[in-house]
Amino acid sequence: MAQPFMKKDDDLDDEAEYSPFLGIEKWAALQEARVFNDPQLDPRRCCQVITKLLYLLNQGETFTKTESTEVFFAVTKLFQSIDLGLRRMVYLMIKELSPCADEVIIVTSSLMKDMNSKTDMYRANSIRVLCRITDGTLLTQIERYLKQAIVDKNPVVASAALVSGIHLLQTNPEIVKRWSNEVQEAMQSRVALVQFHALALLHQIRLNDRLAVSKLVTSLTKGTVRSPLAQCLLIRYISQVICDSAGNTPPGERPFYDYLDSCLRRGGEMVNFEAARAITELNGVTNQELTPAITVLQYFLLSSNPVKKFAAIRTLNKVAMTHPMAVTSCNIEMESLISDQNRSIATLAITTLLKTGNESSIDRLMKQITNFMSEIADEFKIVVVEAIRSLCMKFPLKYRSLMNFLSNILREEGGFEYKKAIADSIVILIRDMPDAKESGLLHLCEFIEDCEFTYLSTQILHFLGIEGPTTADPSKYIRYIYNRVHLENATVRASAVSTLAKFGAMVDSLKPRIFVLLRRCLFDADDEVRDRATLYMNTLGADGAVVETGGDASEFLFKSLDVPLVNLETSLKNYEPSDKHFDISSVPKEVKVKPLAEKKAPSKKPTGLGAPRRGPTSTGTVDAYERLLSSIPEFSSFGKLFKSSSPVELTEAETEYAVTVVKHIFDHHVVFQYNCTNTIPEQFLENVTVIVDASEAEEFSEVASKPLRSLPYDSPGQTFVAFEKPEGVPAAGKFSNILRFIVKEVDPSTGETDDDGVDDEYQLEELEVVAADYMQKVGVSNFLNAWENMNPDSERIDEYGLGQRESLADAVNAVINLLGMQPCEGTGVVPSNSRSHACLLSGVFIGNVKVLVRLSFGIDGQKEVAMKLAVRSDDESISNAIHEIVASG
Amino acid sequence: MEKCPSVKSILLLDSEGKRVAVKYYSDDWPTNAAKEAFEKDVFTKTQKTNARTEAEIAMFENNMVVYKFVQDLHFFVTGGEDENELILATVLQGFFDAVGLLLRGNVDKREALENLDLILLCLDEIVDGGIILETDATVIAGKVASHSIDAGAPLSEQTISQALATAREHLTRSLLK
Repeated sequence: MAQPFMKKDDDLDDEAEYSPFLGIEKWAALQEARVFNDPQLDPRRCCQVITKLLYLLNQGETFTKTESTEVFFAVTKLFQSIDLGLRRMVYLMIKELSPCADEVIIVTSSLMKDMNSKTDMYRANSIRVLCRITDGTLLTQIERYLKQAIVDKNPVVASAALVSGIHLLQTNPEIVKRWSNEVQEAMQSRVALVQFHALALLHQIRLNDRLAVSKLVTSLTKGTVRSPLAQCLLIRYISQVICDSAGNTPPGERPFYDYLDSCLRRGGEMVNFEAARAITELNGVTNQELTPAITVLQYFLLSSNPVKKFAAIRTLNKVAMTHPMAVTSCNIEMESLISDQNRSIATLAITTLLKTGNESSIDRLMKQITNFMSEIADEFKIVVVEAIRSLCMKFPLKYRSLMNFLSNILREEGGFEYKKAIADSIVILIRDMPDAKESGLLHLCEFIEDCEFTYLSTQILHFLGIEGPTTADPSKYIRYIYNRVHLENATVRASAVSTLAKFGAMVDSLKPRIFVLLRRCLFDADDEVRDRATLYMNTLGADGAVVETGGDASEFLFKSLDVPLVNLETSLKNYEPSDKHFDISSVPKEVKVKPLAEKKAPSKKPTGLGAPRRGPTSTGTVDAYERLLSSIPEFSSFGKLFKSSSPVELTEAETEYAVTVVKHIFDHHVVFQYNCTNTIPEQFLENVTVIVDASEAEEFSEVASKPLRSLPYDSPGQTFVAFEKPEGVPAAGKFSNILRFIVKEVDPSTGETDDDGVDDEYQLEELEVVAADYMQKVGVSNFLNAWENMNPDSERIDEYGLGQRESLADAVNAVINLLGMQPCEGTGVVPSNSRSHACLLSGVFIGNVKVLVRLSFGIDGQKEVAMKLAVRSDDESISNAIHEIVASG
Repeated sequence: MEKCPSVKSILLLDSEGKRVAVKYYSDDWPTNAAKEAFEKDVFTKTQKTNARTEAEIAMFENNMVVYKFVQDLHFFVTGGEDENELILATVLQGFFDAVGLLLRGNVDKREALENLDLILLCLDEIVDGGIILETDATVIAGKVASHSIDAGAPLSEQTISQALATAREHLTRSLLK
């Protein structure tokens, strides 16, 4: 073993800070490196010096180019020594210095000599060093040795060559690919890790050949892969193959599932877990497939080892997002984890329970969480708050206890992000649940009484101004708001004044009292507060002349500013005081082109604690669409948005202009939203419209279109076209589209735009409106109950022949996609090799008509598929319409 | 590489979060400042936990961190958020036990710094460029120990097996403790 670098000193011994490297300096260490040049080498001394240099590098010290060259040349001298330990340190040093090409040549011959040495350790390590520093030209010289090394009978040498191969494949794929035969031979090795490294390399070599990968995986599942790491690797490849082959596999059959299933029980815990995780992540996994994997994870939950518990609960947490019922069997184990010492485990357990629990267990769970909240860090608390928010959406009846919980934790200590998460949750609950409004608003009022965050106070005051006036008794909020005017900083005071004005504008009975309060604000110390008060007094007519609040006043108070703030700022700066008033309508509404240099770096993916916040994103986008559309005056009269499709691409990837379309369905109208992106930095587009030819869509007539004023490079914009259609009928049709615009040249370096533009057109792909666009996918939890509760008179039954089909699953999917409905209770998946299948669908048809469908399929020897379709809905005519869709599809 | 089980970094820090030896295998931390910030983050977030009897685990900002403490040394192995937790734990255990063997059971900061060459060689034998080379502590320690035989001593199979024997003996002793 190596000796200490300093003589042990008794005094130093007692000192806690003692380190052999204390006070070491770079220049001194570099100076010491001269011993490498001594004719009589002292291996031990050399080892110590190298360790010192490595220590410096490890601490973050850097060597200049000359310094590292000098050290490198000195180190090469050490190849003269036959000391094994020293040689090993020399290898490390060379790797750390990462020499340039000229320098590599110096050591190549020494390293090649070691590669052919009789000592296994020399061979293995020199391979790794040489492959690390080599380039393509040198590689051809040593290729022969590397191929030999791959099949070397010493496992360390073989592994070294294989791992080096994996790294080299990134830079010199054509050379490494020639080693395929040797790698395959290494696959047969008895040594576990050699097998693992060989498998990794072999897969990398064949990565771009799907068929070869599939073959490799198939043969390996039959053979014996011994190494646990290799088995984990194999499981990952299998998942990839399953994912790639989705759609073209035999009916309902899941290839390789049996192998994954067998891995749940052999090969050690590492492999068991990898297999369980792979199964839970399968596309469209069924409850039946999940059960054995869940059982394995359940067993892990009982372990005393934190890592195993964490791994299992994290996976279960993900499963619970899509298959909460499958995870309920672990509820008991998870409840015992709530008090786990590792807070990540406890938080994951509780959020999983919130997803799997039923309505009756909520109260008990909330009680447990209350005890546990005070002990965990803010970032975990936020995860819990988010879980509770989605729980509240799921069980609206329980809003009272959940709201109480939120208000309780709102009163306790916590940082900004945490408080913001709670306040946001309450706001969302108030918005989505009318019953929760009164109590929620009062909780928020109480919160701002003692809130240390200006941002949150102003946000809540603003929200109060919008929601408060429409409650049963608006007067009770006034006190809370006016208290802010007394006790807070200027920013909060100003927004409290605005909120008061909103109450005054909306509630006539309160107006006189509001004026009294506003008048007091006229003596505030802050300019902004005084200005606002004066302004609102005037708009609301405090002089007593106007009694009714005019439309202008409330529009001024409630409407958001429709000009970009940046533009308003520049316009105001350019305004010179004169007799002419500043006119807000003169502010341009288009956003200017930003110079290319300002392009934002891709932001880092934010995640916390591994729980992907998928949550209610779908409702989120619908909300966003609804807001977007209602803000466009042409479309504001269309009523409530029924459904928005997911974006459909109308251009190929990587074309000049990328366009996707979203179909928005209203009762009487359809709006196409074309999302356009200009991918050419040298172009600036203006007046972008889509010319739609609806000659193949007879029931539609164009009523409005909204062009896009400008489309700068890489900042997406939208243009809209609206059509009228008959109400209630699932009108279908085909539309062909042409993108029309004026193109102007841009100098990408300065961002300046040429003044002259040219008219141009760009052909887009066709788009179709189909019956499924009029159907919302809405599931029901208990299909049979829902079915029984529907009026049996509305039932329509008929039989159809679907003709020859590839498979039963193919036919089932086709019908589901045609109707655009939600398969219930896992019936969307057809079990393997079955000859018949029953499928339950649920949805909401345009006009908010609930529709339930029962399908029975049968397939015969000639692959002829027959189907029986039974529909029940709230409206008989819709039941008929569903049959028409199937008959015409 | 995306599919292969991989390690992003191995850190050996002292009880104040200072580096004893660290090794990064990923470009996620391009500068020394980024590395130090990461180490500080890892250290402070795990500091209060008790990872002395069994390895513990934490996750933050897309990094999975498994760790174990002994005396004034903190051992960490980190990987991506999609990595199999048990694989990382196996690597950690291999590293932890191998260091125990190489330092003959006296695992503390001082001993580690005095034998820094062994620690660095040990890291080199566990992971190569993110790919796991070996996880068995006795094999790792055996490979490292076989290098540090005194100069001039003839290398023969026997000395290697002797080194392995001592290594095993130490492992058993540390297990019995």
